[in-house]
Amino acid sequence: MSLPRRLLANWLPAYAALFVLFLYLPVMLLPIFSVNLSATPKFPLTGLTLKWYEGLPKTPALLDAAWNSLIVGVSAAVLATVLGICAARAVTRYRFRGQRAMNGLIMAPLVMPEIIVAVSLLIVLLSAGLSLSLLTVTLGHVLICVPYSISVLISGFEGFDRSLEEASADLGETTAGTFRRVTLPMMTPAIISSLLVSFTISLDDFIMAFFLGGNDVTLPVYVWGQLRFAAKLPSVLALGTLLLVASMVLLTVAEIMRRRAAARTQTTGGLLA
Amino acid sequence: MPERTMIQIDDVTKSYGDFHALDHATLTIKEGEFFSLLGPSGCGKTTLLRMIAGLDQPTSGSISIDGQPMDGIPANARPTNMVFQSYAIFPHLKVGENVAYGLKRLKLGAVEEKRRVTEALEMVSLAGLDNRGATELSGGQRQRVALARALVMRPKVLLLDEPLSALDKKLREQMQVELRRLQQAVGITFILVTHDQYEALAMSDRIAVMFGGRIAQIASPKEIYQRPVNRQVADFLGGMNFVKAEIVEENGQSITVDTQGFGRVKTERPPAFAPAGRSATLGIRPERLRVRWDDATAKHEVKGTVIERHYFGEITHLLVEIPGMEKPLSVTETNDFGADDLPLGATIRLGYDPDALVAMAE
Amino acid sequence: MTAALEGTTPYRAPRAAPASFLKSEEAKGYTLIAPPFLYALALLGLPIVVVIAHSFWSQTYLTVDTTLTLDNYRQALFEPIYQDLLLRSLFISLTVSVTTVCLAYPVAYFISFHGGRHKGLWLFVITIPFWTSYLLRVMSWKVILGYSGVLNSALMGLGITDEPSSALLYNSTAVLITLTHAWVAFAILPIFVSLEKVDRTLIEAATDLGDGPVRSFLRVTLPLSLPGVIAALLIVMIPTVGDYVTPKMVGGTDGVMIANAIQAQFGRAMNKPLGAALSVTTMLAVTAMAFVSVMSLRALVRAFR
Repeated sequence: MSLPRRLLANWLPAYAALFVLFLYLPVMLLPIFSVNLSATPKFPLTGLTLKWYEGLPKTPALLDAAWNSLIVGVSAAVLATVLGICAARAVTRYRFRGQRAMNGLIMAPLVMPEIIVAVSLLIVLLSAGLSLSLLTVTLGHVLICVPYSISVLISGFEGFDRSLEEASADLGETTAGTFRRVTLPMMTPAIISSLLVSFTISLDDFIMAFFLGGNDVTLPVYVWGQLRFAAKLPSVLALGTLLLVASMVLLTVAEIMRRRAAARTQTTGGLLA
Repeated sequence: MPERTMIQIDDVTKSYGDFHALDHATLTIKEGEFFSLLGPSGCGKTTLLRMIAGLDQPTSGSISIDGQPMDGIPANARPTNMVFQSYAIFPHLKVGENVAYGLKRLKLGAVEEKRRVTEALEMVSLAGLDNRGATELSGGQRQRVALARALVMRPKVLLLDEPLSALDKKLREQMQVELRRLQQAVGITFILVTHDQYEALAMSDRIAVMFGGRIAQIASPKEIYQRPVNRQVADFLGGMNFVKAEIVEENGQSITVDTQGFGRVKTERPPAFAPAGRSATLGIRPERLRVRWDDATAKHEVKGTVIERHYFGEITHLLVEIPGMEKPLSVTETNDFGADDLPLGATIRLGYDPDALVAMAE
Repeated sequence: MTAALEGTTPYRAPRAAPASFLKSEEAKGYTLIAPPFLYALALLGLPIVVVIAHSFWSQTYLTVDTTLTLDNYRQALFEPIYQDLLLRSLFISLTVSVTTVCLAYPVAYFISFHGGRHKGLWLFVITIPFWTSYLLRVMSWKVILGYSGVLNSALMGLGITDEPSSALLYNSTAVLITLTHAWVAFAILPIFVSLEKVDRTLIEAATDLGDGPVRSFLRVTLPLSLPGVIAALLIVMIPTVGDYVTPKMVGGTDGVMIANAIQAQFGRAMNKPLGAALSVTTMLAVTAMAFVSVMSLRALVRAFR
């Protein structure tokens, strides 16, 4: 091994490890300070406590926000996944004129400043006479979830051997029957993965919920409101920790599902994004 | 076996824009026949198979199966079943469930369904593998499951799209024999798509050789091999020496030509024979030229010089230069008499059967 | 026919064929893409058109005057406050995207070339923080950089400084650090994907032809992974220019960005047309910047060859 190559082989893993540390350290502070006795987040810790967690269920505004987030998250996940299935299938299975342009518009929220998407939507929804509510938040969330849903689903759809559906038709099954007996079961893991990813995005999204929510508050908007008060910080940290754990669990399940889907369709690669 | 028509392909064309994947194909396949569609990739053989299956629709022309026109009849209502090139085994189902896939719609009842699945798996020597996961199968086993899944439907016609191309050489040869046996056992019409000429020759009752969307020749394996209608077919089916000739006399059945090297030959006139002017091409397969080891001069022989020799174990390929011929002759000789020891530059005599010289279109 | 074929089941009667257009592949494709496309058209395409229209109108108290005017753009482009905000936003988004790509590239390279069997796991571990609440991640930086925060207490605890520094939080640097942290994991994905597509034998060929590891990287690997680098650059640059949360939480007055101004126009200031003009200007400016960056990047990489 030449010297430069040996250096390369050695600094890269070290750098990658540091990188992961850089990614995780700030996030890991949340759980650490959420069990700290003192209300100010600084070292050294003054003592362990769970009192910030105990306070959470006793806050009606928080519970309302959590409930709102759940409703929006589930609706947005289902809608985005249904739309995502249509788009992913259209893209992987068919070729037609204008496909790239159409797909480009659908994927556009991925590369647009979210605030611009949100305010544009705000103008239109208001001029359409809709009052701001969980419904408008959901509409916005579907818009930003669909591109992610499509990405996840495409990795499940791409390796799908088209002759499986042809074999089903050849064996006497109808189009609807083929979808039910072959396509859907094979796509289930990818679909679950898409649902989970969409739910997570909706659960975490602040901008859309902030601009389109009106008086209906979701969790991130609630957290935003609480951040103004220094004394509320530990409860926010506790809440944040719970959200963090929830997101990680959901995404881990989503990733396992996506991998299972990919294994089923015999593809390699394909990412969570 | 009664000579009943099972499939009638009538002037079928499949176009994608200006490209004709299949160009005015007409073909009749008999009941119980093992029929092969042979040709290089892109010749339209798979397109034709898929149109018989109902997976693609002809642009024009008609297909009928067992006397019934198939226009507008979707794949799921046709009396055909297919073994796909990729096998298309449903990966989320077990072997037994894969085989029972089509039966489920027939609502036969659990007992009858089970009986037919068992019977089909026995037929392809996979008895007892019902509960094996589809992803745990070897290539050969997947091929058998695909076969069982199609046969269990008791189709009038079984369609096979390059079913052996994914298998290694040894397994492929074994499956050729098995498939042929199976076809004779069940007695239904098999249509095989392949680009492997040996596979087609070994398995088929009849072969259609296709090039560029057109059917070049339909005949028995022997006929196709020995009397190819044109140079393209001859080349595709194996080595062939092409001999330039000048037409001396021709009528409806036969032609008489003066050849380079082989003298005056009278031969059968091929169906599509349309010579440009007086010149024609004759062909002779390399193994139909035999080195003469004795001293007796025969009536049908040419004399030449060995210029190249290639050893292939049981046989040797020789390249022999013949005075008066533009190209050297390619000769395949067994090694029984020492063809592998012929020195370069040796003068040898090559005997042939004049019937082995066939006229063909360009 | 033989025994195996006895009782061949009768096939169903032929059904009428649907119109050939409906059966065509193209029609099926359109039918499938229609719902998501129409959704995006109604809730993204139409709103953008409406915003562009608004940017040429003007606000009179509670109503919008639809007489065409360029006044909003004059304000957006020439009023010092908006000029400053826009330039600062562009500067921050350019810095963040370039830093992000530089930090992400070696990691993507490491995973792709040395990740072995654990490529998937590495990617998952690295992408997970990106998926956790953005708000919370920004908040963590506030906790780290704050006056009585982690960094200050750590610095004092180690005896490096005597008193907490207030210079850490509420400025552009805090915004830069926070945004870089927020987006760096996301930048890895496109770079990784393009590195995966690099045919390894090409690198061997370059080595075989006499290039050392650095030269073969610059002449083969880097140019071939350029599409991924460009994608990463854009996927970070465009969204960050309009970031709202980070400047609001850690930016202070020094770190305010254009999104905060846009929000103000749609909120308190109640001047939608100006907000619309700011939005359109921002989009156009960032698109132009993205275009120039991609061109320069291509030129730079070409120079190595």
